[in-house]
Amino acid sequence: MRRKKQARAIVYIVCIILGILSILPFWIMIVNATRSTYQIQQHAISLIPSTHLSENAAVLTGKTFNPLTGFFNSLIISTGSTVCAIYFSTLTAFALVAYNWKMRQPFFTMILAVMMIPTQVISIGFYQFMYRIHMTNNMLALILPCIAAPMTVFFMRQYMLPSLNLDIVASARIDGAGEFRIFNSIVLPIMKPAMATQAIFTYVTSWNNLFMPMILLTKKENYTMPIMVSLLKGDIYKTEYGAVYLALTLSVLPLFVVYFILSKYIIAGVALGSVKE
Amino acid sequence: MPQANTKTVKKRTKGISYAKYGYLFSLPFMLAFIIFMLYPTLFTAIIGFTDFKGVGTTTFHFLEHPFDNFVGIFKNVTFQNSLKNTIIIWVINFIPQISLALLLTAWFTNRNRKIRGQGAFKILFYLPNIITAATVAILYAAIFGYPVGPVNDILQTLGLISKPFDFSTSPWAARLVVAFIQFWMWYGYTTIILISGVLGINPELFEAAEIDGASPRQTFFRVTLPCMRTILVFTLITSLIGGLNMFDIPKLYIWNGGPANATMTTSVFIYAQAFSGSYLYNRAAAASMIMFVIIAALSAGVFYLMRDKYEARMRREARRLKRAERRAMKEAAV
Repeated sequence: MRRKKQARAIVYIVCIILGILSILPFWIMIVNATRSTYQIQQHAISLIPSTHLSENAAVLTGKTFNPLTGFFNSLIISTGSTVCAIYFSTLTAFALVAYNWKMRQPFFTMILAVMMIPTQVISIGFYQFMYRIHMTNNMLALILPCIAAPMTVFFMRQYMLPSLNLDIVASARIDGAGEFRIFNSIVLPIMKPAMATQAIFTYVTSWNNLFMPMILLTKKENYTMPIMVSLLKGDIYKTEYGAVYLALTLSVLPLFVVYFILSKYIIAGVALGSVKE
Repeated sequence: MPQANTKTVKKRTKGISYAKYGYLFSLPFMLAFIIFMLYPTLFTAIIGFTDFKGVGTTTFHFLEHPFDNFVGIFKNVTFQNSLKNTIIIWVINFIPQISLALLLTAWFTNRNRKIRGQGAFKILFYLPNIITAATVAILYAAIFGYPVGPVNDILQTLGLISKPFDFSTSPWAARLVVAFIQFWMWYGYTTIILISGVLGINPELFEAAEIDGASPRQTFFRVTLPCMRTILVFTLITSLIGGLNMFDIPKLYIWNGGPANATMTTSVFIYAQAFSGSYLYNRAAAASMIMFVIIAALSAGVFYLMRDKYEARMRREARRLKRAERRAMKEAAV
């Protein structure tokens, strides 16, 4: 009995240590955002916030880091990408589930085959293509490719297969609804839970994306949040410790809010995303 | 006459063909795929065989010896190093990651010992994964900062080191930190995937093991692990593909590949070749295509895993349909 209790205690201790490990870096970040550079130089770690937040903010606004611009650009790109990816993936999944067409199986096989190919390895061709049609520095170059999201189509299809009753589709047809109308007013509501889960992940992935935006967006006014963050590596921030911490905090604040509101669904979504039967 | 009769019957049962909507509704996907994925892939491949370089240029010619760029990349010491670094960093991140994830999975799914607060722990473990990798990289650069940084501060306060340690000048320290960040960001994700894999196993198997008197350890190694083979392979391959594309953390934690190019991964190398210095698009494209082939080979593995499952499901569905059909026939006969 005592051994069992000890084992239990070990589990809790390890889990709590890991939990602290997850929080601590962010806690240091937030606390240091309120401390002056001098305080940080004396002791880089402190658990108690200080009072120099506005000074750090003043340093920051005088330099290249512009959180509002980054926030807005990221917002536009992520929203556009998510809407495109979710709507068209559901539509493609509907085509795969509800209709019997000759190319259906080859098409699905192709989706499975390209699912894992990352866009990074084709970035040279993509950049050159966009450069030629003058789409660099155009947010559409980052939004429109999301219409083809093989991974999302795959998950949508897996969800739709058991939950969409084709009899309902057939009876809607008898009532005279067109196919597109059936999709919009019958299939979309059924797919809401899956769409919500996938939307969260698409949004976060798009929000955090650095590689493609960094290549395509070269004008300052188009920079997304991660590009803004990457600027903090520059020399002008070398000694501005407090300001850097504040900038980092500002860049993840929206994510923190979203995560702590939706964490339950996010965790469930991750579990759902695995290949379990 | 009988021929005409079967024809009309066939027509009536088949009704209107809706097949065209299948094509119509997958058209947007198909178009976007061809324009934004297929075409850039082919374009990248073609650039790999040309003399295309320099910022702002749009013209290029095919090389006399078409495979020059590929040969050059294979001989390039920096590329060889970047491939080596990518694999080293991935291995020292993945082994502890999968070990810890398996341990947590064993603890969280133990049937005799319910761990309270699992939901909260999962939320905490997954947190780093959702935070922008760029932010994480710069935050860790500050945390491992020299001469002042929280880690140096802690180590000095504890008396483990007498003067600040510069994590950015030692190649192995740099690799270890990058691997640690990857580990820290991804073990929570892996744990959740593995737990959901265990929950998907038929509970009767565990009951049978219990009745046979298996200890929790035996159950885990003899029942749980073998049942999770597919999901473990899936985790391994997807993590490897992700690892081969590692960019944000190594790029932003230390600029320019770190000490002695120790954190120069293949993605950082490709970026540096194509979008800085002398803009060697052709070389970068050749390196990209090499990575493309490696990743395609790996994802073929995932593809076969998925396809097996998919086919099994299709067979089951076909059986179910047949049964339903037979039932309907019987009812119709009655």
